[in-house]
This record gives sequence, C-alpha cells and structure tokens, in this order.
Amino acid sequence: MGPNRTYLLIAPAMLVIGIFMVLPLFLAVAYSFMTANPYGGVTAPATFDAYLQFLYQRDFDDSLVFSPSYALIILRSIYLAIATTGICLVLGLPVAWYIVCQTPERRRVLLFAVTLPFWINTLIRTYCWILILRDEGLANGALRHAGIISDPLPLLYNDGSILLGLVYTFLPFMVLPIYSTLERIDPRLIEAAHDLYASRAAVFRRIVWPLARPGALAGATLVFAPALGSFLAPDLLGGGKKLLIGSLIQMQFTSSRNWPFGAALSTVVTVVVLTVFVIRSRKAQEERR
Amino acid sequence: MIDIQSVSKSFVTRDADPVHALNDVSLEIYDNEFFTLLGPSGCGKTTLLRLIAGFEAPSSGAIRIAGSDVAALPPQKRSVNTVFQSYALFPHMSVAENVAFGLEMQNAPKSLIDERVREALEMVRLEGFAARRPAQLSGGQQQRVAVARALAPKPSVLLLDEPLSALDLKLRKGMQSELKRLQRETGITFVLVTHDQEEALAMSDRIAVMRSGDVLQVGTPRDIYDNPQDRFVADFIGESNLLPGAALGRDPAKTIIVRPEHIVVSPVADGAKGHARGAVSAITFLGSDTLYEVVLEEGAKLHSRSRGGAALATGDRVVVDWARAVERELAN
Amino acid sequence: MTSAKPFDWRHTPGLSAYTALIFLFFYAPLLILVIYAFNSSRLVTVWAGFSFKWFVAVANNGAIRDAAFNSIIIAIVATIASTAIATAGALALERGRLRFGRSAATALIAMPLVVPEIVVAITTLIFFSGLGMHHGLINLMIAHTVFCIPFALLPIQARLRDMGGTLEEAGRDLYADEWRLFRRVTLPLLVPAISAGAIMAFVVSLDDFLISMMVSSAGSTTLPVYIYGMMRLGVTPEVNAISTILLAVSIVFVAAALLVGRRNKFA
Repeated sequence: MGPNRTYLLIAPAMLVIGIFMVLPLFLAVAYSFMTANPYGGVTAPATFDAYLQFLYQRDFDDSLVFSPSYALIILRSIYLAIATTGICLVLGLPVAWYIVCQTPERRRVLLFAVTLPFWINTLIRTYCWILILRDEGLANGALRHAGIISDPLPLLYNDGSILLGLVYTFLPFMVLPIYSTLERIDPRLIEAAHDLYASRAAVFRRIVWPLARPGALAGATLVFAPALGSFLAPDLLGGGKKLLIGSLIQMQFTSSRNWPFGAALSTVVTVVVLTVFVIRSRKAQEERR
Repeated sequence: MIDIQSVSKSFVTRDADPVHALNDVSLEIYDNEFFTLLGPSGCGKTTLLRLIAGFEAPSSGAIRIAGSDVAALPPQKRSVNTVFQSYALFPHMSVAENVAFGLEMQNAPKSLIDERVREALEMVRLEGFAARRPAQLSGGQQQRVAVARALAPKPSVLLLDEPLSALDLKLRKGMQSELKRLQRETGITFVLVTHDQEEALAMSDRIAVMRSGDVLQVGTPRDIYDNPQDRFVADFIGESNLLPGAALGRDPAKTIIVRPEHIVVSPVADGAKGHARGAVSAITFLGSDTLYEVVLEEGAKLHSRSRGGAALATGDRVVVDWARAVERELAN
Repeated sequence: MTSAKPFDWRHTPGLSAYTALIFLFFYAPLLILVIYAFNSSRLVTVWAGFSFKWFVAVANNGAIRDAAFNSIIIAIVATIASTAIATAGALALERGRLRFGRSAATALIAMPLVVPEIVVAITTLIFFSGLGMHHGLINLMIAHTVFCIPFALLPIQARLRDMGGTLEEAGRDLYADEWRLFRRVTLPLLVPAISAGAIMAFVVSLDDFLISMMVSSAGSTTLPVYIYGMMRLGVTPEVNAISTILLAVSIVFVAAALLVGRRNKFA
C-alpha cells in the first residue's frame, strides 16, 4: 500500500477525532478564560476568574476572599482516585495470577467473566449498589433480619460508598492489563525459581511481581484516569452531596451555569490525566530497554 | 534465467545504523536448474529470495528474469511463485480454491483452471483433498498444497523459502526427493533457501554459500565440498579441520583444510611418518565411526574420523597422516 | 500437618476461593437487580412472587419506547460510521506505509479512550453550542461515532496484526492486484473482526450515558439518559425491569461479538 492510499485511509479517523474531540478540548481551554453568561455559554471579556475560583470566592464587594472549598473537592477527588487505584491493585493482582495459572480453556471463560462487566452499562452497575446499600436495601434488611441492628446503618451517600462504586466500576481495568503481562511469563521461570529453593512467597516477590509491574502500571493508569473524572459513582452513591470533580464539572453546565469554571476544571482534569499517561508511556519505554 | 547484478540491500532501522543485508551480490541462476541459497540465519539468503519475488526492492543493482529487468514489476506481475516458509495457505479457501487462486488472478478460463488444479494436485499426490480446508490437513499435506499452488500457474521460477523447516526429520527426507522429482518433471527453475547443508547437498544442482550479506562460493555440491575456497565454506559444509600452516611446519601464512574422514591416525610405534605428531586427547564413539581428537605437538588441535577403530587410548602418542591430494591450502 | 498433594506452583492455596469472592463481587449485585426486576411487589425489597408485570409496564411506557428508539437509531448510525472509519484506519496503521505520524495517529485514535468521559461530554457540548449546532439526534450520532471509533478499531487492528503480512504476500505472489487482493484475501479474513468491532461499537453507543446526557436535548433523550432520570426519582420496579433489559442486551451482544470474533480458525 503506497503512502497516498495510506493517508487517504487514515484521514477519516484523524479528521473525525481531530474535529469533534481534540478541537473541542482546545475550545474548552479558550472558554475557561471567558466570563460566564448566566444563561449558559460565555461572554467577553477574557479573564482568569475561572481559575481564581479554585482558591478564592468573589465577595459582594468584588474583593477576593480565600475559600478553598473547590480546591478541597479537587484534592478529595485525587485522593479517592488514588485510593481506588490502590484497592484495585491489591484486589486485582491475585485474580490475574489465578487466571494465568489455569488451563487455556478455563482462562478463556474467566477472562470473559472479567471483561463482561466492562461492557455492561456503568449506570446500571452503579445503580445495583443503591439496591444493596440504601436504608431499605438488601444489606440493611439482612442485618436487621439477623437482629444485629435495629436502625438502618447509613451505608449510602458517603466516601465509602463512592469508593465501593469506583472499585466496582474499574476493577476489570486493573485485572486485564496485569493478566496480559503475566500471561507472557515463561512458566519455566517460575519452575526455575522453585528449583532454586524459592518459596511461593519468594517466587511471587522476586519473579511474578517484578514481571507484572508493567501491567500493574498500565492498569493503574487505566483505573486512575477515569476514576478521577467519574460522575456516576459520586452522583448516585454520593447522593450529589459529596461532590467530586466529575459531578462538579457537570453541575457547571447544568444547574450552576458557570461554563468558564466548568471548562477550567475539565482542562485541569485533562492535563492531569494526559500527564499521567505520558509519564506512564515514558516509564513503559524505559522498562522495555 | 535469473541474473543478479551487483545487488545490495540495506534496511533502515529506527535507532541504529542501517543493516546491510546484501553487499554487492552477483549471481547467475540457469534455466532448469535446482539452485540453493545456503547459509546461517541472517546471511541474507531470504532477503535475496524476497528481492527475486518482488516483495522488496534492491537498494542498488539490477535483477533480470528471463532477460528483462524486473525492477519496476510488483510481485503480481512477475512470473515467479513462492512456497512460503509457513505455507501461507488462505485459511478461508479450500485446497482447490487455494491452488486455483493464481490462475484466477491471471484471468485464466475456467476450464484451464480446473485442468491445472487437477494436474497440480495430482503432481503432489493430493487428488482426494480438493474440497478440504487447510486446517484439516497435516503439516506435510499443507506443504504439498503450498507447492501445488505455486506450481499451478506454471511460473518460470519457483522460490522455496525454507519449505521443509516445519516438517519432522522423516517427512523432510521424503519431501526432499519429492521436490527434486517435481523440479525434474516440470523443468521449472527452483531456487531454494535453506540453512541445512545436508539438504542443500542432497537436492541442488548448484549451491551458493552465503554469509553476512556476501556470496562466498557458488558451485556444484561436490565442488563446494571438495574445493572450499573459504574457511567459512569449509567449516559450514560438512566438518573440517582448519590447521595453521605453522603447526605442520609449513608456510605460516597459510591454513591447511582437511576433512576428518581423510585423516589417518596411527601409533608412533608403527613408524609411519605423516604430517605431524601429537597425542590423543579425546575419543568419541559415533557408532559406525570413531572420532579422535588429537593435540599436535605444535599446539593445534584436529579431529580424525575413522571407520572401526584403531586400538588407541587417550594419551597415546600418534602420527597423523593424509593424502596430499585431499587437502586444500588457503591464505590466512 | 503436611498435605499429601504434590507441589504444584499453579495451585496457590486459598486463591481459588479468593477469586470466587471477587467474581461474586462482580456479579452478585447484577443478579440481585435481575431478581428484584421479577418481584411482583412494588416494595422492591419484599419478595412477593415472580412476575413479568414490570416488564409489561416498561413496554407500555411511551417515553421509554421513544428513548429506546432514539438510542437504537443513534447506535446504528454510529456503528456503521465508526466501523467503516475504523476499518480504513486499521488497514492504514497495519498495512500502510506511514512515513511520519504513525505514533501521532495512534495517539489521536486512542484519545476517546484516554480523556475522561466527563471532559469529552462537556467539550462536545461546548463545541456544538459554540458552532450553534442544535440538531438533537445528529449531534448525538456524531458524538457517538467519535468515541466508538477506537472500540471498533481495536479488534480489527489486532486481527490484521495476528494475520501478519504473509497471506497477502502470497496473494500478491499469485498475481492478485491490490483491489482483488483486498476483496479475495484481506476482507474475507477480516470479516469476523469487523463484525466483532461493529458489535462492540453498537454496545458502547447503546450504553453511553454521560456524553448523551450532556449533548442530548428535549427531543433526543436516549434510553440511559431516561433511565438516569427515573433513578434520580427513586428506586422503582420499573427501573429494575428496564435496567435488566439493557443488561441482557449488553450480555447477548458481547457474547455474540466473542463468538463471531472466534470464527477466525476456519477449521
């Protein structure tokens, strides 16, 4: 295939994604430096107000007052995304190892079972936890039935329930990349290590984990990035009271009608996520050397 | 038939210097011959084959097939067909469809296609397999389909890229004589690529021995075996002792090449004169033959292979001898 | 006490029980949803017998039918467009000679997977409103096509890579020109992967919520957006039923994609 035809074939993908995805990202950056139109959209003049809002609030007399509430939401979002990543790693690594140890036949079935949730609507998967955690839900019902509690425990609408929802949503993203790295390990390496007197724990620490690291790194990026901007878990399981960046951004385009601030927030999220991806691909390249 | 004139090929790699796969190679392959490109992996033999087939273009030099320069011809316009190393049978087509493919692409009439497919399958003795899918055949049968598919359009040259490497030893021996027979029956020029020197010696009319992008020697199998013109050729084709001239009390600028089977080892006590003296350092029993390793007094080491076994033991002082006619002398 | 079983590094004690728990974590909530959907009681948590009545209620709900219709139309258009674009792109990436820009092209195509959904959602909203495009369904079709491209592309690209170039070389060696090579060799070998990619794109489009919510307008509500609205009003048996339907559709389609994708062996 000659270069001309190649560029002709790749052009539609480039154009569609370039125009409808990358261009809007830049447009959002531009919007973040504009003034909010109270009816939605933006107006002149250009200003840094949206970014100042992260740390300050404009008082009635137009003076800036230090108010970290938005900064705290951002920090909390980052903290929850990191916690989600860590929990997914701890939960997912043994599962990936277990699948690798199975016969090819069983591997295929188990892999399908891990992949399937990825293709099921996140909205529905998140909603399931409302059924379980709410005051009249399955968990409280069961505990009350067992006589352990008399009043329902507040299981829903807290950081714990958000974290649960995030882990539930993104765990497959951790298992799959770790699995595909572990799958490439030559089984003879494991056998050689055991042959050289290594215990199971030593084999895991000295052989499996070092070889699984690139996959874990990939998984960590794939969990962290969407967890940081997630909307459904904080919205449905946090009850909209415990805001995270995702729901905060969404609010700016709906009820709050502050497009520049929403655009500024989404610019920050994009920069963080892209940075994480770039660092990861650098690291992956280093490890390959 | 194929005239290769000063062909070079280098590949540009992303982070290193360009790799020179072929350095100024010139070769002539005659009509109707079974020609073999022989060499270790990475010697450039497969690259040369791909240049002839048209999958790659030479960096410099010219390739002429049947008298005309093929530089501008893509593979689909060359009357050259390839039997691929992994066979490359189309998995979504039946055996017959695979064999018919080339003729169909040449827009041959249906009746001719049917006839040629039948002929080709007959030729490789797969008459009953026309309707099968490649996945339903054994490795040896797939190999035959690949050959039939490449022969059906009656190309002027058939290229075979390590065609037997995926077969087990027994099947390989059978296919060797099969291919030889097909070449004789069809009269098509066969160009075989292999790293197996035994296979090359057994099948070829002529052999080109290659190493790191150079053709070292071209000749008939016997010629190459008996008259290696290069240390590498001597060592790669069969086994050879490469003895420094100094060890035999001769010109130190020369290397003497002797095949192990030509060397006679006898105890010093027998009074033979020979070319040198030494001591037996190891004895390996090989069934019909016995291999003696002898360390010469001047320090060099040589192997002698003899039928049966003289009553020698490790450490025995011996005289090594051979007929002057069987040795070859090369400048260092 | 030592176990009499011989040592097997593939068998770590306790790991299978642990993995079973994780899979329980994955699937028990979905199972609970399905069970509740068949509960005849309006009080979701009290089991009052098996019943299809909530599914009937959902089927008779005009608003849900409209939303479902929108979703399907959008998904069909987005699937066709994204699969065509992705097939061309995969061929270019795997078979073409890109002198420069290969990594840039790969990065660009991966963008919809990398950028968080909420960002895609609001930037698309900004873009359409900035251009003054208020075309309801058409806006959604464009937005869905964009993020479906990588999902359609991945299986096709993987298949092309697995196939390697040898079969196409063999075709060329046997006198096939570019067009007939594509028609007779490349395309037939790609059909399973293209179908798998198309099904994946369809499922992704059908399931999308966040982008649809931000981009859709009054007349172009999609099914997930409508369901979200129902969920905000509280847990009801209707939500359980329609969620169960969407769940079943996803599972059926993904299983189908897997089966079609596996038809690669031609045994």
